[in-house]
Amino acid sequence: MTMTAARPTTTTPQQEAAPEASLAAGPAIRTERLNAWYGTTHAVGDVTLEIPGRSVTAVIGPSGCGKSTLLRCLNRMHEITTGARVAGQVFLGNEDIYWQGTDAVEVRGRVGMVFQRPNPFPMMSVYENVAAGPRLRGWKRTRAEMDEMVERNLRRAALWDEVKDKLRRSGAALSGGQQQRLCIARALATDPAILLMDEPASALDPIATYKIEELVRELADELTIVIVTHNMQQASRVSARTAFMLAGEDGVGRLVEYGKTDELFTTPRDERTEAYITGRFG
Amino acid sequence: MRSGRGDRIFAGGVTGLALIVPLTLAGITLLMVEAAWPSISTYGLGFLLSSTWDPVKEIFGAAAYLYGTLVTTAIAIILAAPVAVGAAIFLVEYAPRRLAGTLSFLIEVLAYIPSIVYGLWGLFVLVPLFRENVEPFLQSTLGVLPLIGGLFSGPVGGRDLLVGGVILAIMILPLLVAVSREVIAAVPTAQREGMLGIGATKWEMVRGAVLPYARVGIVGAIVLGVARAFGETMAVTLVVGNSSTAITSSLFVPGYTMASAIANQFVEASGQLYFSAIVEIAVLLLIVALIVNTLARLLIRRVAGTPQGFAI
Amino acid sequence: MTAAAIASPSWRVRRRRRVADTIMAVLLTAATAIAIGLLLLILGYLIVNGLPALNLAFFTERPKPFGVEGGGVGPAIVGTLIVSAVAGIIAIPIGIAAAIFVTELRPGRWGAIVRFAAELIAGLPSIAVGVFVWSFLVRGLLGRYSAIAGAVALAVIMIPIVARTTEEVLRLVPGSLREAALALGAPRWRVVMRVVLPTARAGVATAAVLALARAAGETAPLLLTALGNLFFSTDLLRPIAALPLQIYQYAASPYDDWHAKAWGASLILVAVIALVSFALRAFAPRVSR
Repeated sequence: MTMTAARPTTTTPQQEAAPEASLAAGPAIRTERLNAWYGTTHAVGDVTLEIPGRSVTAVIGPSGCGKSTLLRCLNRMHEITTGARVAGQVFLGNEDIYWQGTDAVEVRGRVGMVFQRPNPFPMMSVYENVAAGPRLRGWKRTRAEMDEMVERNLRRAALWDEVKDKLRRSGAALSGGQQQRLCIARALATDPAILLMDEPASALDPIATYKIEELVRELADELTIVIVTHNMQQASRVSARTAFMLAGEDGVGRLVEYGKTDELFTTPRDERTEAYITGRFG
Repeated sequence: MRSGRGDRIFAGGVTGLALIVPLTLAGITLLMVEAAWPSISTYGLGFLLSSTWDPVKEIFGAAAYLYGTLVTTAIAIILAAPVAVGAAIFLVEYAPRRLAGTLSFLIEVLAYIPSIVYGLWGLFVLVPLFRENVEPFLQSTLGVLPLIGGLFSGPVGGRDLLVGGVILAIMILPLLVAVSREVIAAVPTAQREGMLGIGATKWEMVRGAVLPYARVGIVGAIVLGVARAFGETMAVTLVVGNSSTAITSSLFVPGYTMASAIANQFVEASGQLYFSAIVEIAVLLLIVALIVNTLARLLIRRVAGTPQGFAI
Repeated sequence: MTAAAIASPSWRVRRRRRVADTIMAVLLTAATAIAIGLLLLILGYLIVNGLPALNLAFFTERPKPFGVEGGGVGPAIVGTLIVSAVAGIIAIPIGIAAAIFVTELRPGRWGAIVRFAAELIAGLPSIAVGVFVWSFLVRGLLGRYSAIAGAVALAVIMIPIVARTTEEVLRLVPGSLREAALALGAPRWRVVMRVVLPTARAGVATAAVLALARAAGETAPLLLTALGNLFFSTDLLRPIAALPLQIYQYAASPYDDWHAKAWGASLILVAVIALVSFALRAFAPRVSR
């Protein structure tokens, strides 16, 4: 862990634009010239942005623009793929998670992730799925405390009432929407300050999608949420700020525009943003 | 209409030849049971329970052979399974792609070596090694412990059940690695990512998400290994001893397996009952092979789809 | 106890997890090293012990009585070639027919039966196949140990291998090819014989040769059927020598000279099998073992 240079005392444009979203002293996540490759393919180019805490930030853009890759760089999941590489810095709070000595495992324990397709562990029960994270981190408690932790997180994920009688059933024995909420509960159980969601509702039906979106809005009171979505309406429904990414002619995904959601969607500053949101491409 | 006739001849010819396959299987089973019948009807269950094998008095009890087969197979699995599963995990989860390919290839090469060559190597390399070094060592260290000490008691000869088990372990290793590898690779990436996402180390991911998912298939692989070890002849017969039908707790007994008993005695099977008894041993091997192979394929199919020829 | 405790486990816990991760990585690497090491060990001994025994006489002469120097495994090489060839003549047509039956004729339940039967035969211990042919032909019909009995035993073992591999190869032929031929009005049998099989020709040939290579290395089935012979022989109704049998006899003997010959013969056997199998797979890589 390392201390970065002292924070500048002048506020950044982003901070001025959304002062109410940032209660902590500085953004929850800050990337500095973040680049990512898959082997020789340059997927994300020079992304610098700041994500405020306790709010929902959406990342939108057409397929192939690098938004999922960007997300996976935020918890060091990108490097799991063979040949994947990252350059630049990502600060969670004041720590650069790509600093030499940082343990990726620790980072992932502090940042929760929910994937596109629900992936509960089928060999574990609902209960065990939620308890998996804490158990890994050596959280040994009495049975009652475990039960309480599991229930608390299932409630946070708006799933408790539906599964409280099915805690011992396999994690895969639930409906798609329930599975995804189970995955959210599982991610929440490690008490992350940040939750990354990669198109969490794209594999779900409209009702399940609605429930997930409601959940995201609720959770934003306690957590910093970054949600990647290909659905613009979803972005405008749930997020306070939105980042629009686009792959350039060189195939590299870059950040085109970033600002308050309603402003981006009503009065976009960049013509490419306007083209995308009016459906001229994408 | 000429094409209709051509088609019918063709279909007939192909069908005829193809049906030879199930016919052969049925034929093998029926004819062997028939040839073994004199022995089956004479000795009944005693064949499996008695270890008296006396061609002169025409008393045949194959319990010693059964025992030897079980012991050598058990040793083979105990030694080979952890190594094979460990290697499979390494090849899928840890090794870089190209290295994994090369290493898997090398391990597969082991499978191409005929069993007689394993037997040869076992006889001239393992047996002296065990006789001079390994077995005396085991006897002096583990042999003094209570309970398991009995395994390592008795005179050390080199050609015994222990070495038989060890050579079998080496023989089934490539099979176990290949099947385990396929089963482990079939675990969906989403599972691995889910585990890593909640902050697991690589080993925790393997232990918590990959292995539980692949468990059924790995059991299938082990069952296939058992099937293979059970019927193996040439590798074992040169090193297993083939002289004692005593059933004791010691692994240093120069015993028999069912397959090695057949290989050693078939030439002398003059009398009708003797001949029939030998066939009965083979029938036992046959039945076990049929049951175990069906079971194994069911298990593996559940996890990784149809296996790609490695059981052959 | 608190959320903070979950979010930041003690350094002790972190160290334990890191250590466990490293230990397991080491153990898993070791397991792989053991598997590879065994292979190298066996091949190493084979080459070191086998090479010295090889000379021209070794390939061409017949075994000399014990105590007499020299001699070779000529009869065994010839015998293996003969028995394998005859086994191939029996097994390859049946195996290919079974594959065609299952993929092209597609008769539902019967196709599954043929396939399943082939799988079960593949799982039979080779000694049991030997006992079957021993009881049926040697002690039964033919009345004697003979090369043909050996060939039949090897054929039984080969059939499932040919069938399975050919089936895989046939499945790789695109359905559009068959449809196009059928649309042109060709009868089914022509489609298979003139279109599908020729397209799959390389793979089928590979299947056949792989099965032959596998059969050539089998000992147990030949032990009870062909018995072995110290003389050159092409008589199908007499016992015949074979390389694996000769290795067994040499190995089981008490003479060092014969032991050395056993190594030499093993080296030849492994070299041929490996060369054939791997050369073929290099040329027809889509065929799995």
